[in-house]
Amino acid sequence: MKPHKLPDSSGHFGKFGGKYVIETLMPALKELERVYEEAQNDPQFKKDLDYYLKHYVGRPTSLYFAERFTEHLGGAKIYLKREDLTHTGAHKINNTIGSALLAQRMGKKRVIAETGAGQHGVATATAASLFGLECDVFMGEEDMRRQELNVFRMRLLGATVIPVTGGTRTLKDATSEAIRNWITTVESTHYIIGSVVGPHPYPMIVRDFQKVIGEEAISQIMEMEGRLPDTCVACVGGGSNSMGLFYPFLENKEVDLVGVEAAGLGLDTDKHGASLTKGSAGVLHGMMSYLLHDEDGQVTEAHSISAGLDYPGVGCEHSFLRESGRAQYVTITDEEAMGGFKLLSQLEGIIPALESAHAIAHVMKMAPTMKKDEVILVCLSGRGDKDVNQVADMMGVSL
Amino acid sequence: MSRIEDRFKSLNGNKALVAFFTAGDPDLSASKEIFSVIEKSGADIIEIGVPFSDPLADGPVIQASSHRSLQNGTSLKKIIELVRDIRGQSELPIVLMSSFNPIFVYGQKAFVEDAVNAGVDGVILPDLPPEEAGEFLAIANEKELDTIFLLAPTSTPDRIQQIGKVSKGFIYYISLTGTTGTKEALSRNLEEKVTAIKSKVKLPVLVGFGISGPEQAKEAGQCSDGVIIGSAIVKLIESHSDPIARDKSIAEFISGIKTALTNSS
Repeated sequence: MKPHKLPDSSGHFGKFGGKYVIETLMPALKELERVYEEAQNDPQFKKDLDYYLKHYVGRPTSLYFAERFTEHLGGAKIYLKREDLTHTGAHKINNTIGSALLAQRMGKKRVIAETGAGQHGVATATAASLFGLECDVFMGEEDMRRQELNVFRMRLLGATVIPVTGGTRTLKDATSEAIRNWITTVESTHYIIGSVVGPHPYPMIVRDFQKVIGEEAISQIMEMEGRLPDTCVACVGGGSNSMGLFYPFLENKEVDLVGVEAAGLGLDTDKHGASLTKGSAGVLHGMMSYLLHDEDGQVTEAHSISAGLDYPGVGCEHSFLRESGRAQYVTITDEEAMGGFKLLSQLEGIIPALESAHAIAHVMKMAPTMKKDEVILVCLSGRGDKDVNQVADMMGVSL
Repeated sequence: MSRIEDRFKSLNGNKALVAFFTAGDPDLSASKEIFSVIEKSGADIIEIGVPFSDPLADGPVIQASSHRSLQNGTSLKKIIELVRDIRGQSELPIVLMSSFNPIFVYGQKAFVEDAVNAGVDGVILPDLPPEEAGEFLAIANEKELDTIFLLAPTSTPDRIQQIGKVSKGFIYYISLTGTTGTKEALSRNLEEKVTAIKSKVKLPVLVGFGISGPEQAKEAGQCSDGVIIGSAIVKLIESHSDPIARDKSIAEFISGIKTALTNSS
């Protein structure tokens, strides 16, 4: 059963979503829609995907009761959905395996991807290596500096990392450049978008490949607690791990869904990535969604300590959930996220990705206000090894 | 009859030259001067680019031009004022080319009204395909603003038909699978594609995106109703800091293209 029947046949979630792209790409999007629908109706596709998710990615990932973290905060019971334990260390691989299988189905031998933190780039390079596809990853120069370990990993995996020097040299510009490359190579290349963003059918496809997070979490929490959680929490940059967690819960109205955006240096500054909280409807990267832009419709720069949340847009389905009120969106500053990063490391022996640390930091605020028999389920979307250099740097420690 | 339709009629089968430049690069008063030079040199329609922070369909030349223009504080409002100013002295058809977001934020209805009042004849919104253009088309049709849509080498027969139905003024055929100004050679099946479009659509079909000089213009003109040139002009603007030298180089370039097109008619 589908939790809500969206997007509609034209690719919209209410007024959000759609296909705002140049004509050159329209036939490729239609083909992707057709191929994806065929794949969904093909039992062999599901069988192949399940096989790789189980034996290669290591699913299901565990749902872990964070006992010391719970005790420390003194309120609701906290469960961590351990996407950090997947192969390559973040939820991004769920989507890239599925998308690489789609590329194969379409007979395309080359895939491209954009990446911010490098996690999606690594996950795409990994899937490309697994299935023997050529792979080019577009990455902002600023992000290449912040995430040099992931750049090296991608190259080891056989991918070519293409530095993007335009604009702020971060995820937004990497996405623009990947789209431009796709316009040029569309006949031979499949674009694997890393989040629930972009023109239809991407937000739907990426959500569908990520919803395994929420589906597993439901059966695991039912087994462990005998009931659904009171609240689900996940960070939102583009919003793929949160959409993957939220989607299977949409019909269960008693479960609160909370997305955590990056407040960067503060919402009262212009250095944040809180599109849903501070932005308004606009069109970027092929979709209508909440967007950080000025009164002339020029996209403004986002900022976050975590490269994965450093994006002025957000998935169109999140915009829809915000307006319908089904999900709430809150923000966490760079500093608060650092607090979450350190505390989870010290109390649970789990170093979270800086992106996931935003969700952790929000849990630190909300758990103490909740009763001890209440349950929070938080998506730990990735592991923090990639961030260790940056954090050490910020703490004034030279490695 | 719209200015664009009128212009094609008066061309009487001769090939049209559409010239593009980005408004506000190097600044808005230079844009007015550049318009006048292009008009005097023989262009039939002038396409004015509205700069956007993230122009997805543009190659490096127009991206950089957009960036320079935004650095100068160019806005859609100021561009509409520029057109109003130009319209005082010129009857040449003017088309605005913009990413959709600046227009969406301006307000679709307000934009169409203000643009038409200022003397804009048509718009090209590359990232607004017919599927998303319902509201815009209704407003533009009411105010008789020509909606120029794009067709690409990848367009299927169905889409040619669908886009032909909602297009007004002319069809913008993207001559290459790529972004603006990035390839040297025209695609081999250009003639075949343009012929396929012309068999389904009554409007003039103009070829753009990959035309950088007289040779290509002549070649593209032979199978189409004219050409659109952008990046090559923007490059001339970028490379000349002296306005007199700039205007001279633009005038020579446009005249050269016009001559090449006359020979291909």
